[in-house]
Amino acid sequence: MIKAFGYFIEIIKGSIITARHFIVNMFFHILKLFGIKTKRKGAVTTQYPEQKVEIARRHRSLHRLMKREDGKPRCVACMLCATVCPSECIYIEAAEDPDPEIQKYPSNFIIDLTRCCFCGFCVEACPEDAIRMDTSEVEIAEYSREALYYDLDKLLG
Amino acid sequence: MIDILIVLLKVVFSMMWFLVIALYLTWAERKESAVMQDRIGANRANIWKFRIIGLFQPFADAIKMFFKEDFTPVFSRRFIHNLAPFLSFFFVLTTIAVVPFGDVLRIGGKEIKLQVIDMNVGLLFIIAMLSLSIYGVILSGWASNSRWTLLGGLRGAAQLVSYEVALGLSLIGLIMVFPSLMLSSIVHFQGELLFGWLPKWGILLQPLGFIIFLIAAVAESERVPFDLPEGESEIIGFFTEYSGLKWGLYMFTDFMKVLIVACLLTTLFFGGWQVPWLSADGFHWPWGGEWLLPHGIVIALQVLAFNVKVFFFCWFQILVRWTYPRFRYDQLMDLGWKVLIPLSLVNIIGTAIVMSVL
Repeated sequence: MIKAFGYFIEIIKGSIITARHFIVNMFFHILKLFGIKTKRKGAVTTQYPEQKVEIARRHRSLHRLMKREDGKPRCVACMLCATVCPSECIYIEAAEDPDPEIQKYPSNFIIDLTRCCFCGFCVEACPEDAIRMDTSEVEIAEYSREALYYDLDKLLG
Repeated sequence: MIDILIVLLKVVFSMMWFLVIALYLTWAERKESAVMQDRIGANRANIWKFRIIGLFQPFADAIKMFFKEDFTPVFSRRFIHNLAPFLSFFFVLTTIAVVPFGDVLRIGGKEIKLQVIDMNVGLLFIIAMLSLSIYGVILSGWASNSRWTLLGGLRGAAQLVSYEVALGLSLIGLIMVFPSLMLSSIVHFQGELLFGWLPKWGILLQPLGFIIFLIAAVAESERVPFDLPEGESEIIGFFTEYSGLKWGLYMFTDFMKVLIVACLLTTLFFGGWQVPWLSADGFHWPWGGEWLLPHGIVIALQVLAFNVKVFFFCWFQILVRWTYPRFRYDQLMDLGWKVLIPLSLVNIIGTAIVMSVL
C-alpha cells in the first residue's frame, strides 16, 4: 500500500511535467497569436515545404560534374568512380579527346539515382575533382524511374 | 404541440453538442499532444488556402473515411460484424439524454429544463448505457472471427468486469451524501454552501470517491493507460477486421466516451452547471453584498460554466492519455481488484461513519 502511494506521487509528478510543457508552450503560442515576438518559440517544428533547414556544407546531396574553363567536363573517364561505387550506379562511356594532354573524355556519363546510396566514394576517388556532391539539392523524387537516370547534360547542368 | 417542439429542439441541440464536441475532440487531441511534445500538430487541412490552425482536420478525416473501402471479411459473422459498431455508438449516444446542461429556463410562461429527460434514475441510466456499450466491443471481437479480435474482445470484457465494480462502488458514497439518483437534483444539492462560504461540490464531500471514480472512468473510456482491448502494440484489438467508416465509428465512440466521462465528472463532483455563489437571481457573495442579474444571463452563465468544466476534464483526459505508458494486463487487474475495490469499500464505510456522527 505504501509502495502504491509512492507510485501515486510519481504519477502526479509525470502529469505535472507534461502539463507544464503544455502551459509554457501554449503561452508562447498565444503570444505569437497576438503578434508579440519572443526569442523562445512554442514549438520546435520546421514547417517543411515553406521553411527549409539550411543544409550543412559537407552534406552529401545530388551529384554534379565540374567543368573546365572552356566548358567541357573535367572528367577524364578514368573509371575510378565507377569502380569504387558500391551500388554500381555509375556508367561511363569513354571517347578519345583531341587534346593529347587529356587523352579521354566521357561521351556518356549516367548516374542511376535509383541505386545510388549517397556514400560519396565517387567524390573521394576522383583524381580530377570532376564529381562533387555539394549541390544542396535533396528533393530529387520523381514519378518515373527513367527521370532518375541522370545523364551528362543533367549532371553538368 | 409546442411542448413536442421544445423536446425535439432539446434532443437535436444536445445531440449536436455531443457529436460536434466529440468531433472536435479528435482535433483537440492531436493539437494538445503536439503542444505537449513541443510540436505544432495537424494544421494542413484547408479550404481555399484558409487553414485556421487546422480546424478543418476532423472533416478531412471524415471524408477520407467515407471514401475508404468498407471491407467485411468472408469468415466473419456478417450481420453481427456490421451491427457491433452501431451498437457501441448508439448506447454511448443515448447517455447525453440525462446530462443537465443548466437550470430551468423560463421563456413566456414556459419552464424548460435544460436536459433532455430528467430521469429519476439518471445516474444508473448513464452507468448502464456505458456498460452496454462494451457489448459492441465484445460482439465485434467475437463476430470478426479472428484471433486478435477475439483476444481484444475478451480483454474488453475482463476490463469491464474489473472496473465496473469499482465505478459503481465509488458512486455509492456520493449517492449517500446527495440522497438522489436524479442528476438534476444532485446538481441542485451541490449549489448549497458549506460553512456559509464553500460550495458544496462533490469533490469536497467525496475526495477519495472522486479519485477512484476518475481512474475507473478513464479505464471505462478504453484509452491509453488502460487500452487493453485495443492494445496497438501487441494485439491490434477488437477492430482489426474493420475498415473505413465502421472503424471510424469505433474511434468516434472513444471520443464520445471521453466527453461523457467529462460530463459525469463535472456533474457529480464539480457542481455541474453551478457557478460558485450564483443562485437563480444573481450572485450572493459570502462576504456580504450581492450582484443581481437577469434570468437569461444567469442561465447563460450556468451553461457556460458547465461547458468550461467539461472542456477542462476533456483536456485533463487527453493529458492523461499522452502522459502515461499503458498498463500490462495483470497490472490492470491488480489495480482494479486489489486497490480500487477495497478503497471504494473503505470510502463507503468512512462516508457512513462520518454521516452518522454528524
